[in-house]
Amino acid sequence: MAENAASGRAHPRPLSPHLQIYRWPATMATSIIHRMTGMALSAGAAILAWWLAALAAGPDQYRLFCNLAATPLGQIVLFGVLWSISFHILSGFRHLVWDIGYGFAKKTSNGVSVLIVLLSIVLATGIFALGYLKLHGGTP
Amino acid sequence: MSYRTPLAKVDGLGAAHSGVEHFWRQRVTAVALVPLSIWFVYAALGLVGADRDTALAFLHEPVNAVLLILFILATVIHMALGVQVVIEDYLPNETQKIVALMLNRAFAWAVGAVCLLAVLKIAI
Repeated sequence: MAENAASGRAHPRPLSPHLQIYRWPATMATSIIHRMTGMALSAGAAILAWWLAALAAGPDQYRLFCNLAATPLGQIVLFGVLWSISFHILSGFRHLVWDIGYGFAKKTSNGVSVLIVLLSIVLATGIFALGYLKLHGGTP
Repeated sequence: MSYRTPLAKVDGLGAAHSGVEHFWRQRVTAVALVPLSIWFVYAALGLVGADRDTALAFLHEPVNAVLLILFILATVIHMALGVQVVIEDYLPNETQKIVALMLNRAFAWAVGAVCLLAVLKIAI
């Protein structure tokens, strides 16, 4: 295909720069993270279905779910879901504000993007810490 | 017999032939999910480390069961619409796209059905 396009011409046709050429603005990162956390939350929804089904099914199934959730891998997954919710709700709320027509100025949108990333990490870590304290003693 | 012209029938429906329905449903469920998911995280945090009886008692409360059902419904609709856009954007092959779109809907329905049956079984 490239040969066909180039054949008979003295110079190859210029190519338009692809995605990796551009510097990443913060809004681009949050846009991609918003989609990724959305996809991750689909898996989170399946985990919610599993939890509810196990709860309804009986003590053995519920114990199995709780034991799996308590493993290091389970904790990592749950933290991932928690951070995904935190990010997706903050970023989603900003999307709603955008839909109304506010917050499009370059400085505002980039600044809010950085703020959303930081705030989502603080929020997820804080809530996870509350859960951890609740499980492993300490007075919250 | 309809007096509507072909132009009137497609007016405003655009390239996707479904108008702004997808967009609006995504926004409406998003607005609903702002308070609902805050409630859900709060409720889930309350049940961390709880034994089965405590979790069952929580869902025996009609208010909690209703809020969880609303959360589940808004979630699976929002999820199906959101993942659909990702599929439409990134799968160029038409056959793959149609299969993925069907699987996406099947997944959302399955998650919704399992969640609702479990909540109803516990709550009733």
